[in-house]
Amino acid sequence: MAIAMLEYDFMRNAFVAAGVAAVVSGLVGYFLVLRGQTFAGHALGHIGFTGATGAVLLGIAPIWGLVGFTVAAGIGMGLLGERIGGRDVAIGVVLALALGFGLLFLHYYTAFATEVTALLFGNVLAVERSTIATLTGLAVVTLAGLAAIMRPLIFASLQPELAEAKGVPLRFVSTAFLAIVALAVSESAQIVGILLVFALMVGPPATAQRLVTGLWSGMALSAALALAEAWAGIAIAYQTDWPVSFCIALLSALGYFLTRGSVLPRARTKR
Amino acid sequence: MNVIELDRVTLSIGGHSVLIDTSLAIKPGEFIGVLGPNGAGKTTLMRAILGLLPPSAGSIQVFGRPPQRGDRDIGYLPQVRTVLPDLRVRGRDFIASSVHGERWGVPSLKRAERVMIDDMLAAAGAGDLGRRPLSEMSGGERQRLLLAQALLGEPRLLLLDEPLISLDYRYQEAVIDLVRRFARERNITVLFSAHELNALIGALDRVLYLGNGRAALGTVEEVVTAPVLSQLYGADINVVRADGQIFVLSRGRSVEHAEHTHDESHDHGHDHGHRHA
Repeated sequence: MAIAMLEYDFMRNAFVAAGVAAVVSGLVGYFLVLRGQTFAGHALGHIGFTGATGAVLLGIAPIWGLVGFTVAAGIGMGLLGERIGGRDVAIGVVLALALGFGLLFLHYYTAFATEVTALLFGNVLAVERSTIATLTGLAVVTLAGLAAIMRPLIFASLQPELAEAKGVPLRFVSTAFLAIVALAVSESAQIVGILLVFALMVGPPATAQRLVTGLWSGMALSAALALAEAWAGIAIAYQTDWPVSFCIALLSALGYFLTRGSVLPRARTKR
Repeated sequence: MNVIELDRVTLSIGGHSVLIDTSLAIKPGEFIGVLGPNGAGKTTLMRAILGLLPPSAGSIQVFGRPPQRGDRDIGYLPQVRTVLPDLRVRGRDFIASSVHGERWGVPSLKRAERVMIDDMLAAAGAGDLGRRPLSEMSGGERQRLLLAQALLGEPRLLLLDEPLISLDYRYQEAVIDLVRRFARERNITVLFSAHELNALIGALDRVLYLGNGRAALGTVEEVVTAPVLSQLYGADINVVRADGQIFVLSRGRSVEHAEHTHDESHDHGHDHGHRHA
């Protein structure tokens, strides 16, 4: 059955595209969860929706609108700074506004309904070879960026006060990181859609952090889980005819709740 | 040569002067207890020594040179420790992040650096903490881990900002003993800020009291007196010595306990065993 599945071009493309995006999402998502910034990741996806619909209105491929808007928004959020209390509210207001604009763009481009569904919920089975090249290129840029800032990023995420004293430029690191998150969100949105980026960017890393406590092992496990969930999701979708994004989201949630159930009570009693 | 020298220094945050026209000198190997009411500038002074806050007037010299951000001769344990409550990262990786954490690229540690971390964890009695995630540590254990981290890289000056906060008495003594022992063995100069003088009395060489924009540096006998402290607190202060302990009172109430309870609201800790004596 697995072999029959791979006889189709669109299935092979789906596996490759989902694999690339899943590894990137799992690695970048690990830091997103470590830093407690998942809401920012979520907001970037929503803002990306505006970029994508706006790009279509201008006759540009949606992915470039998505990338451009999320990266700009990520940099903007990073520059706004670390006042976390006010930030969640600000992000909430901005993301509602962004979605509103997205709707406005749709209003002027009504012939766009299927593409909107694809944007919001993903359509990995319709990925073309050219998209795979784009996704791979973006993945290389994203992971190179992450590798470049990884050491100070870890330090600043775990111990911001000490990192500042030791000369880590906190604002630059957090801004660069949000730009990297924006790229990962754009990747992930191609597979599971904007509304479900959490399935690849939060579920696997959160599960990995439940299972292992080392940084390297956590990163590796997060990427492996994201990959496994994405591929298994596609395989299940092939068998059941359910939407792929649903299957991936289901596996992501299952993984997380299974580990929570088994690990958390032990952790609690130790406190 | 003095380790720290302040020459007519004024430190301001957002236009508000925390320390005004202050001069003082701290010698190598001294253990200085830094005390004073909240907002008196204990943290601000440490940040200035670290080179994070340039003085608005006067000059600061650390090891005979202006403070430099990222000075390897300084070990620092900051007060506001934003440890995420659910941080499931093991202690060893947590403190390893501080070793050359300011360098770009993918983290990697040399063999010698890994050995150094293990040795320090063992020396601080925190060997088992290296394998446990921070989310499962008590306040005292976390503090021991952070102390081990501050001692990494053989610092010549230790800046410890409220390392006793939210620790019960037993752990307070253990932390002070550990710092004292390391400082003596390696001739490290220590600035140790705290809310309560009595816990530190046995360990400190001199006390630095901050308050009202001023600073008083001297032995406990010289500084912890009613006239000096009344000026620093800007209130009528009584100093009562009883049973080898010193109580700083304002209108009959302990100043230190008022401070201490006030500070708890800033503490995001999940720490048990806080002393409410």
